[in-house]
Formats: sequence, structure tokens, C-alpha cells
Amino acid sequence: MTDTAQAPGAASLPGRATEAPAVARRKLPIKGSVVVMTLYLVFLLLPIYWLLNMSLKTNTEILNSFTLWPRDLTFANYATILTDPAWYSGYINSLIYVSINVVITLVVALPAAYAFSRYHFMGDKHLFFWLLTNRMAPPAVFALPFFQLYSSVNLFDTHIAVALAHCLFNVPLAVWILEGFMRGVPKEIDETAYIDGYSFPRFFVKIFMPLIASGIGVAAFFAFMFSWVELLLSRTLTSVDAKPIAATMTRTVGAAGIDWGVLAAAGVLTIVPGALVIYFVRNYIAKGFALGRV
Amino acid sequence: MNKTVNQKAWFLVLPVLVLVAFSAVIPLMTVVNYSVQDTFGNNVFFWAGLEWFEEMLSSDRMWDALGRQIAFSAIILAIEIPLGIFVALNMPKSGFWASFCLVLMSLPLLIPWNVVGTIWQIFGRVDIGLLGYTLDAIGINYNYTQDFYAAWATVIVMDVWHWTSLVALLAYAGLQSIPDAYYQAAKIDQASRWKVFRYIELPKMMGVLMIAILLRFMDSFMIYTEPFVVTGGGPGNSTTFLSIDLVKMALGQFDLGPAAAFSIMYYLVILLISWVFYTVMTNLDKRDGV
Repeated sequence: MTDTAQAPGAASLPGRATEAPAVARRKLPIKGSVVVMTLYLVFLLLPIYWLLNMSLKTNTEILNSFTLWPRDLTFANYATILTDPAWYSGYINSLIYVSINVVITLVVALPAAYAFSRYHFMGDKHLFFWLLTNRMAPPAVFALPFFQLYSSVNLFDTHIAVALAHCLFNVPLAVWILEGFMRGVPKEIDETAYIDGYSFPRFFVKIFMPLIASGIGVAAFFAFMFSWVELLLSRTLTSVDAKPIAATMTRTVGAAGIDWGVLAAAGVLTIVPGALVIYFVRNYIAKGFALGRV
Repeated sequence: MNKTVNQKAWFLVLPVLVLVAFSAVIPLMTVVNYSVQDTFGNNVFFWAGLEWFEEMLSSDRMWDALGRQIAFSAIILAIEIPLGIFVALNMPKSGFWASFCLVLMSLPLLIPWNVVGTIWQIFGRVDIGLLGYTLDAIGINYNYTQDFYAAWATVIVMDVWHWTSLVALLAYAGLQSIPDAYYQAAKIDQASRWKVFRYIELPKMMGVLMIAILLRFMDSFMIYTEPFVVTGGGPGNSTTFLSIDLVKMALGQFDLGPAAAFSIMYYLVILLISWVFYTVMTNLDKRDGV
């Protein structure tokens, strides 16, 4: 026991004589990684910067001169979007159907994930894979049938239609993520709670959900993410009342050509909600992206 | 974890089942329905059997799109997976800079896909875009709407820009889970950097990497919005991937029969490949005893 405890210390002792070169050798890879990360982040941010840059320019400046930053700083493009209901209603529509989708997804996925993580039942493995296949279904395949289905039940051009359509790929993903987190909670907790006289719903809400709170957060994050970025289905299922911002952006193509400044400003504003969400979940991102399997 | 057998668990799964059945099974049945029928309009349909399937299988259109699709998915996986691992290995381990990198890296993932397309459409233009302008200034003839190679390069770089962070974040999560003791043991054994990667880091990342490969494969195989905004499938048909071709056929030309037959075969290909990935993944899970 004492031998093993000493081993790391003993190993570091001879190193002390040659400390200077060892430090130099250790510092080199750190510097290398800083260079790599800087290059990668510049690669990621440059296109976004360019969009931001364009959104703060006038169309004359965009088209007639090539400038690395706005010489003639203007917020007129943002003013156009934030004062015109045809523009800003797109943001509201998007946020409404994304929120509905997140709520529906969590409500149905939580009990299902619990069942998959705790019990064996007839056909459970097949059911789980079948659910996942819906995450793999190309939206292009579903665009037309969805249009017909939701038209026939009079849900076309409503927020709920888009929210339900997005459940197609968000629910399976949420079940998958939550199941991963729930597997990490020991079963003894359930059994103790039942012995203590908790009913299932009370146990689930009062004891179990707080235990997997980070998992619920991660599932909500992913549901938000995939619903917010999707365009093909949300555009196919809406025309006026529930039109998402992403589809509204095609409006900038007018008779006088493309209004680049407004287009860029609209683009920048679609990045903002995502950036806010990321900021709030930043400490869970790494674990979250591993879907609870680390 | 040993699970108990409990058939009542079906009741917990029921809401999901009803919801997904409504939004997946009914539309899928519509597609199957169309794929075996023909129409002369006025909603009058008659049985066409497997005619559409035969027509699609014998036409070059679908095979060409499939070829381009496979090439695209293979190229972006070959770039994004190694690059993502490389970035993850170079990320700060903790503290302010770790959060800083995480936040900035996640940014492209939450941009609506058509805005991603718009960003690159602008960025690559020779007259107003930084990338296009720079390439033009140093004498490279770059025009993604006219030139085959420029179009492909743009679409691929765009996808690398968009999704490499996802792979990097997954790999990073895998790296974070490795206990320090492993590295200390490797140091005592005087293992080289490569050996540490090969025998400690890579095996520990395998589970999350499979998720990354599965997600990236599925999403790249269904890609529609980003290349559609940038190149519109052109020049010619050179960046017309499966989804773009399908939407063109179903919503553009309203060729319901062929489009439906196309859809079903498209879905089956994805299903088959995903099933292989999934089986490998669950076996890995079992082996690790997670």
C-alpha cells in the first residue's frame, strides 16, 4: 500500500532535477492547443461576423464598397424589422410553436422514458428502435403527407400543427436522452419511495423529476434546438397566421433586388434566441451533448 | 441494471405511441398509398402496382441523386469526425475558457438552417462576401453558382462549419469522463502521446463517437435547406441531393406517384444504415456495462 502511494511521488523526484526543460516541454502543447482553438473559433465566427457587419450597413455601402466594418453605422435595418408586424410576427410565431413543442415533447417523453429505463415489457426493444426510426425520417418525405393530414383536420396554418409535426423527431430524441439519464438513477430509490407509501404520480413528480432535472433541461434544450432550426416542415404547414421567421426572410427579395441589409439583420436576430439559450445551459452543454451517456 | 418484467409499463408508453402514430404512421400510409396508385386528376385514383418503383429504379435520376448523396455524406463524415476529435483534444479542460469555447462552438448549431444557408450565400459572393471577395482578389476563379467544384466546396465547408462543433462537443464530453488516474498510469508507463490517445482516449470516446457518427450520418443524409438556399441544387444538378430532388418532385412538379415511391426507397436506405449503426452502438453499450 505504501509502495503504491509513493510511486507517483518517487516518479516526480528525478524529474525535479531537470525541471526547467520539462516545463518548457509541457508548455509547448498548451500553446499549440491555443493556436488550434483560436483558428477554429475564428473559422466559426468569421461568417457570423460578416452577417453582423452587413446588418449594420446601408444597402449603398454593401453594394458599392467593400468594407471590413461599417463606415456608415446604421440601425435602420433592425428598425425595419422591429416595427413592421409582418416581420416581427414571424419571431413570435416561431417562439410560440417552439414552446408548445417543447412542452408536448417533455410531457409525453417523461413517462415513456421511465418505462423504458425501468421495465421489460412485450416488444420494448422493437418499440424503442421504431421510435428512433422516426428521428431518422427525412422531413422531405413527410412534407406533403403532413400538409394533407393537417389540412384535413383543419389544423393547417396553426401553431399547434407545426408543434405536433416537430414532435415527430423531437419526441424520439427526448425519450432517448431521458432514458440515458434515468438509467443513472438507482432503482432502490423507486422501491424505497413505494415502501414509504408514495403513489406513482407523486413519487415521479416529487422525487424522481428533481433527480433527473439536468436531463430534463438537456432534453428541453434539444427539443428547442431542433424545432427552432427546422424550416422545411414549418414552412410547408403554414401560410400566414403561423408563418415562422425563417420563412419570412424570403420576403426581402423584392422588385429592386434583394434587400441585403434587412436580410442580414433578420438573420442576426434569429441567432439571438439560440445564443441566449446556450448561455443559460453552458455548464450542462458538454454532458448534455453526450445525451447522458457519459 | 436488471429490469423487472411489467406489462403495465405499456400504459406509460401509450401517449408517445398515440402521438407518434398520428404524426408518423398516418402520413407514411399516405405515402405508401400514393406509391401504388396513379391518377388522371380530380382525385380519381386507380391501382398502379409497382409501376412507380420500377420507373424510379430504372431512371438515372434517383441513382444520380443517391450517388451524390453518398459522396456528400462520406466526405463530411471523413472531415468532421477527425476534425471534431482534434478540436476536442485541444479544448481547455475547465474554467472560464472552457465555458467560453463551449458557448461559441455551440453557436452555429442553433442557427436556423436557412439562415446558415444565407450566411454562406452572402459570405461566398464575390461582390459582397468576405470569402468570395478574398478568393477573387488572390486570383482564384470562384463562383459557386456556376462552377461545379466551387459549389461542392462551398456546400462541404458550410457543413463542416455548421456541424463539426457537435462532434467536438460529444468527443469533449467523452474525454471529460476519463478519470485522472488513467493519465497518471500512462505517465508512469511513459506512454507516448499517440499511445495515450489510441489506448485510453479513443476507447473511452467510442460510445459518444458512435452517437456523433449516427447523428451526423442521419442529418447529412436528409440535408435539404442549407444547400438549397446556397446553390439551389445547381449548377445543373450537381448539388441536388436526395431531399432536394424529392421536394422538387413532390411539391414542385406534383408527381405524387414517383415521389412516393422515391420516398419509400429513400426511407428504407436510411433505416437500413441506421439499424446497423444502432446495433453496433447498443453492443458497445452492453460491452461497457453502462
